Amino acid sequence: MLGFIQTLKQRTPLGLLQLKHDRMRLLTAIAGITFADVLIFMQLGFSDALLRTNTQYPRNLQADLVIISTQAKNFGQLRTFTRRRLYQAQDVPGVADADALYIGSADWRNPQTREETSMLILGQNPERPALNLPEVNQQLEAIRQPDTVVFDQASRGDYSTMIEQVNQGEFVTTEIGLRTVTVAGLFTVGASFADDGALITSDQNFLRLFPRRDAGTVSLGLIHLEPGYDPEQVQADLAERLPDDVLVLTHEGYIDFELAEIQSNSPVGFVFSLGTAMGFIVGTVIVYQVLSTDVNSHLAEYATFKAMGYRNSYLLGIIFEEALILTLFGFMPGMAISIVAYQLTEAATALPMLMPFSRTVIVFLLTLVMCTFSGAIATRRLQAADPADIF
Amino acid sequence: MTQNPAIIVQQVDHYFGSGQLQKQVLFDINLQIESGEIVIMTGPSGSGKTTLLTLIGSLRSAQSGSLKILGQELCQASRDTLTQARRNNGYIFQAHNLHGSLTALENVQMGLEVHGSMLKAERHERAAEMLKKVGLEDRLHYLPSGLSGGQKQRVAIARALVSHPKIVLADEPTAALDKKSGRDVVDIMHDLAKQQGCTILLVTHDNRILDIADRIIYMEDGRLSKQPEAVS
Repeated sequence: MLGFIQTLKQRTPLGLLQLKHDRMRLLTAIAGITFADVLIFMQLGFSDALLRTNTQYPRNLQADLVIISTQAKNFGQLRTFTRRRLYQAQDVPGVADADALYIGSADWRNPQTREETSMLILGQNPERPALNLPEVNQQLEAIRQPDTVVFDQASRGDYSTMIEQVNQGEFVTTEIGLRTVTVAGLFTVGASFADDGALITSDQNFLRLFPRRDAGTVSLGLIHLEPGYDPEQVQADLAERLPDDVLVLTHEGYIDFELAEIQSNSPVGFVFSLGTAMGFIVGTVIVYQVLSTDVNSHLAEYATFKAMGYRNSYLLGIIFEEALILTLFGFMPGMAISIVAYQLTEAATALPMLMPFSRTVIVFLLTLVMCTFSGAIATRRLQAADPADIF
Repeated sequence: MTQNPAIIVQQVDHYFGSGQLQKQVLFDINLQIESGEIVIMTGPSGSGKTTLLTLIGSLRSAQSGSLKILGQELCQASRDTLTQARRNNGYIFQAHNLHGSLTALENVQMGLEVHGSMLKAERHERAAEMLKKVGLEDRLHYLPSGLSGGQKQRVAIARALVSHPKIVLADEPTAALDKKSGRDVVDIMHDLAKQQGCTILLVTHDNRILDIADRIIYMEDGRLSKQPEAVS
């Protein structure tokens, strides 16, 4: 290894010199890779935001086991099942209690702009909060009041004055359907693709807001276990005990169910994978174009090197050196632009655009593969450098 | 110490193409060049001079007969042997073929880097010395695009000779140059080669430089004649 580094240090950096010599070509290549990287970063960012926002509530459920209808598609479209299943579940050994969570979507009027927009509404039992959201759980007293809700301040749309007012302790009122509701507090989760925001309230308030739903049909059942019971064992017992109009899942199992649903059944997961692949292909084509033009314009020089006794591997080294340099110099601006673009997107859409370290590593590796792969195709042109032809 | 011949060519035939299109370009070539000898090969275009030069320079694999370069048999040799053998030779081409992204100094040191035995600093020092010998000490860091035709050819000579090759092969080194720079280039080649004691085989059409040769051989239609009537 040390010997290898020593060799590299002693080697004339031909790839670097060649790239530096033709600035226009270098800039084209870097711009191409940067573009491809930004494209890939954005697609991955959107895809991740989609998965994250559409599973935030499932992730934050406080339950050991979850009961949903077999008709359930995802958290926004859970369908309903009868509350009787929850009472039946309490018979099963190991189940401490079973709570109902009511979920629905309704248009509410933005108190600030007076525009109607679709909100996800959760109705929970205020005695035993369903969600692991400390901000919400500190305001359980408030949502016991009739027609009172807490509001997700990361909702999409312009709510700045309203948030200001709520923070100052004022009560803001607006309409949901025919009812007037009071916003008593705030929490922070963020918008999803399906809904612009969310409101959390008590189960009683929920039933008032949705007159066509009744207390006997619930969206989701939350099972808490008594200490010392194995969730998977109880899950199996429950599945045995309950009719097959409901599905019993562990909490992790339920999150996986949501993720699998998004990835397989919504076109969005596919679209973003396709977008990522397109970015990769665009990058590969551009880098290939640049590298093969570079090889072509240096064929006579390469043939001369071969005539001097340089091996093919030396020339391959030049091209892979170029590929590596392009990777580095294309990736860095690509990542910088993406970080800015993430912030802009987050500000514009309220989607949580995070840049985890693992993603930068993945995109860097993709860029490296992209450049090396193009380099490998470009090196086929090297066979054309025949030293016997240059005399 | 007895001088071993640097180049021994015996009964070499060479064909291009295959099947019905096969065409013989070299016929029964026999040639022996002693170490330190300067030989000029001349003859009309298409007579096979360059083909013979590429065979001797291990740029092509010889097909039949015997081709001994510095005591090593290269007929039917493997690619790897050929690549290895090329490192003993210095080449000077009609076109200078310098690398456009490298300075004169970097181009010259590429002639040393191929041996992989010298450190970068040492290579650069030797290359600078060599460029001084060809009169380009004030052009070390110029790119080829900033040099005249004669200067480029001198850089190419420096590159060919910097590793002190046993054999120098040159193909029309003066063809692209005017009379004065052509003469300069050949003189430099001649002087340096004599200092280093290397063997030179030079292919040329240029009558003005024939005087540097110890011996002139003549090729026509793929056959060598040792006592050509055309050149006397």
